[in-house]
Amino acid sequence: MSANNTINRRRFIQVSALAGGGMLLSFNLLSGCKPAATRGAAALELPKEWFEFNGYLKIGDNGLITLMSPNPEIGQNVKTSMPMMVAEELDVNWKDVIVEQASLNTDLYKPMQIAGGSTSVSASWNAMRIAGATARDMLKQAAANEWKVPVSEIETIEGKLIHKASGKSAGYGAFASAASKLAVPEKVTLKKPKDFKIIGTSRKNVDGQKIATGKPLFGLDYKEEGMLIAMIVHPPAFGLQLKESDISAIKSMPGITDAFFIDVYPDRKKKQWCDVAAFSKILAIVGKTTWQVMQAKKSFKSETEPIKTITDKVDVFGTMMDVITPAGFENTTTHKEQMAATPKQVKTVRKDGDPEGAFKKASVVIERHYSCPFLAHNTMEPMNFFANVKDGKAMLVGPVQTPSFMEQSVSDRLGIPIDKVDVKMTRMGGGFGRRLYGHFLVEAAIISDRVKAPVKLIYTREDDMTTGVYRPAYFATYRAALDENKNLIAFHVRAGGIPENALMANRYPAGAVENYLAEEWAIPTNISVGAFRAPASNFIAGAEQSFLDELAEAMGKDPIEMRLELFEKAKSKPVGKDNDYNADRYAGVLKLVKEKSEWGKTEPGIARGVAAYFCHDSYVAHVVDISMKDNKPVIEKITTAVDCGIVINPDAATNLSEGAVTDAIGHAMYSGMTFTNGVPDQSNFDKYRMIRNSEAPKKIETHFVKSETDPTGMGEPSGPPVIGALANALYKAMGKRFYAQPFMVENQPVFS
Amino acid sequence: MAVYTLKVNGTNRQVDVDPATPLLWVIREHLHMTGTKYGCGVAMCGACTIHLNGTAVRSCQMPISAIGNREITTIEGLSENGEHPVQKAWLEYDVAQCGYCQTGQIMTASALLKTTPNPTDAQIEAAMSGNICRCGTYLRIKEAIKAAAKK
Repeated sequence: MSANNTINRRRFIQVSALAGGGMLLSFNLLSGCKPAATRGAAALELPKEWFEFNGYLKIGDNGLITLMSPNPEIGQNVKTSMPMMVAEELDVNWKDVIVEQASLNTDLYKPMQIAGGSTSVSASWNAMRIAGATARDMLKQAAANEWKVPVSEIETIEGKLIHKASGKSAGYGAFASAASKLAVPEKVTLKKPKDFKIIGTSRKNVDGQKIATGKPLFGLDYKEEGMLIAMIVHPPAFGLQLKESDISAIKSMPGITDAFFIDVYPDRKKKQWCDVAAFSKILAIVGKTTWQVMQAKKSFKSETEPIKTITDKVDVFGTMMDVITPAGFENTTTHKEQMAATPKQVKTVRKDGDPEGAFKKASVVIERHYSCPFLAHNTMEPMNFFANVKDGKAMLVGPVQTPSFMEQSVSDRLGIPIDKVDVKMTRMGGGFGRRLYGHFLVEAAIISDRVKAPVKLIYTREDDMTTGVYRPAYFATYRAALDENKNLIAFHVRAGGIPENALMANRYPAGAVENYLAEEWAIPTNISVGAFRAPASNFIAGAEQSFLDELAEAMGKDPIEMRLELFEKAKSKPVGKDNDYNADRYAGVLKLVKEKSEWGKTEPGIARGVAAYFCHDSYVAHVVDISMKDNKPVIEKITTAVDCGIVINPDAATNLSEGAVTDAIGHAMYSGMTFTNGVPDQSNFDKYRMIRNSEAPKKIETHFVKSETDPTGMGEPSGPPVIGALANALYKAMGKRFYAQPFMVENQPVFS
Repeated sequence: MAVYTLKVNGTNRQVDVDPATPLLWVIREHLHMTGTKYGCGVAMCGACTIHLNGTAVRSCQMPISAIGNREITTIEGLSENGEHPVQKAWLEYDVAQCGYCQTGQIMTASALLKTTPNPTDAQIEAAMSGNICRCGTYLRIKEAIKAAAKK
C-alpha cells in the first residue's frame, strides 16, 4: 500500500455546464503538503515537496505529477485511463506521472466512485479534464505574474510553461508552489479532440510491473499488525438458515481465537439495493492463520432449518420496494419446466400497431425459445475484506465496486456515524458485478467490532461460488410473422426469467417493425441474484441476434443486409416512441465489421456468423469464424467493430473488448450453476466449467469507429453480441441451431 | 506443528507449521510473499503456481511435509525486478486486466519455456489450460509467450 493515498481534508469540486458550453468550476482551499514515500516510482526522482491542487492531482517541486484515480479498479483499466484524461488537460509528459488509487471521498469525487454500468470514463469525462485544465491555468497565471506578461501569451507543453516573446520558460515544478496558492479560475477551456496528445494514444497499465512481479496490490494481500483471519460458515442450501448450535469444539482447535454466530442484516426494513445476501445468519470463525481457520470451518457440522418467506424493504435508488424471498428448495429441472411452460401472468411492456392481427394473417410464423442458466461471477480473487473497528471508528480496506453505498451499510449496521467510516479500495481480482454487493464488508466490520481487533474476512472458493448473487436464469420466446412475399410484418418478444427477465422493450428491432409486441414475466426464487457483466444484455443480445439470423434466412436475405434494411426503416420512418438507440451508429458498426471481415468472402472449412447490439451507450458488431476439428468447433477468428465514442486508451480498450468477447463465449459455451433441492451442484472449478486457454478464440481483430463523440461504455458492450454471432456461426458449421446455454453441454472435461 | 527448512528463491527459510499446511499458505502467511495467489484451493485454476525444482506445480495442493529439500521458486524469485523474458513480454503485450491470475500464468509459462524453448500454439494451449483467466486475456498470454520464446 502506498502511504499517502488518503486525502484527509475533505474538499469538493462542483461542476456544472454553462449555457454557452463553458464549465463552471468551484472548489475550496488548496494547500501544499509534505512529501510522502511513494512506491513504484523507482525510475523517477521524487520531489522534496508536493503541492496539492485539488483532490485529483499534486505537482512536485521537480515537476513530477501525482494523479489520483478515483474509481475502483476491477480490471477495466480505469486506473490508467482516468488519469490520462487529467494529464491531457494538464499538458504533462505521461512519463512524469505517478498514479495512486484514491480512497473513498464522497465530497470530493463526483459524480460517484463506483465500478458499474461501464460508466467510469463517461461519467467523469468532464470532471477529470476540468481538474487538469484548472491546474494548468493556475500554473500559467503564476508564471504570468512572475514574468509580468499577459497570461494569454503563455503556452504549455509537456509540463513546461513557455512565453515565446520573451524567450522565458520553466517547468511546472518551479511554479507549483505559487500556483497552488492562487484563486481558482471560474472557467476553464477544454481542448478539442483534434488537439489531444494523450487521449487516443495507447498507454500501458500503470500497475503492469507490480502485477507481473507479484507485489501486494489486492485485498487478499492487505495486512496490518495484529490482524486476525476470519471465515464464515453458511447453510448448504438456498431455503435453509443456520440454527445456533454448540461451537465449543471448533473454538478449541489450533489457532482459533473465537467463533460466534452473527446476523448480518437483522433489520429487514431498510436495506440498500446492494445489500443482497441470501444468508443473513452465519457463523464467523476467527483465528491466526487462514489454513487453521479453514480446518475449523471444515470440521464444523452446521444445524439448519427451513426459512419462512422473507420480505425485505429495499431502497432501490430512492424507491422503497418489497423484495420477497420465498421458502422452499428449488431444482434446476423444475426451473426449466416452469420456464418452458411460461407463467400465466404476462405483462405487456410495449405494443405498436396490431401485432395480434398481423400474426393471424401471416403466411409464415416463426417461433423460437432461448434460455440460459444461473451463473456465478467467479472473480479469480474470492470475496474478502479487511476491517478494523475500534474507538467508534471503522476502517475498511479491500475490493468493492460500490464503496459509497457500502460505507452507508456499515454505518447503519454498526451505528457508527458515516464520517467515522473510512473505505480504501485495493486493486480487485475481478468484479463483473459481484463486488457491487458488499455484504462481506458488513460481515468483516461486525466481526472486527466483536473481537476488538483488525480482521481480514476471506471467502473460500466454495463460499464464493455457493453464497449466491448469481446472474439470473433467463428465458425468451421470439415470434415473427412474414407475409406471402416474405416481408416481416410483425415481431413479438416474450421475455422471462428467474427471478427477473432480460427484456429491452425499446431497443432494436423495436422502432423498425410496424406491428411489435414486447411482454415480460418472472418466477420468484430464493436463490439470490445480482448484476453480472452487461446485465440482461448478456442473455437477450444472443437470443435476439440468433433469432434475427434465423429470420433473415427465412426471408431469403443476407443477415447484414436484412439488419441494415431494418435500421433504414427505424431511421426514415420510426415506429412508436422511446426507441432508445441511434440507428445510424448501429448500422455504422455493422458496415465496419462487414468491410473489415470481408463479409461475403468464403473460405473452405470456415463458417461465419454475424451479430450487432447496443448497450451501455455503445454499439458493437462481430463476425465469428468457426472451423470444425474432431467434431468440435474451433473459434478461428473474431472481427469486432466498436463505436464507443472517443477511445481514451486504444490498446487497453482493445484488450478489454477481447476479454469481454472471450468471457461471453466461455459462459455461453460451457458455464452454468445448477441446483438440487436448493444445494448448488457446483462449488469449485472441478465442476464449474470456465473457458480455458485452448478454447479461446485463436485471433481477435478489433476496430474502433473513428469518433469525436464523448466516450461511452467500454467494459461491457463487446460481450453480449458475440453470443449471437457465435450461435449463428455454430449453425453454419454444425447444421443445427443452438438455443439453450451452455451450448456445449455434452462431454465436458474440465479443461480440454 | 513441526519445523521445516525450505529452500525458497535461493535462501533457506524456517517455518513452524502444521505438516498438512499447503505450501501456498506458508508462502503467503508465514514467508509474507503475496505474488502466489489463492484462487480455488483444489489445483483447478493455477493462480497459486510456483516452481518446484523448476517444474510448475500448484502450491495449494502441496502440503509442506511433502516438499523435502526441493527448491521452491515463487514469482518473487523468478527475477529481481521483473527482468525475466516472460515478465518483460507480459508488459510489452500489456496482458493483464485485473491481474490476479497473471503471476500464476507467468510461472506456468516460464516453466514451459524452460523445457520447450520454442513451443507450438498447441503446446502453449496444453500447458496453459490449467490456468484460468476470468478476464479472458488468453490471446495476449499466448502472444506474450511466443514473444518471450524468441528472446
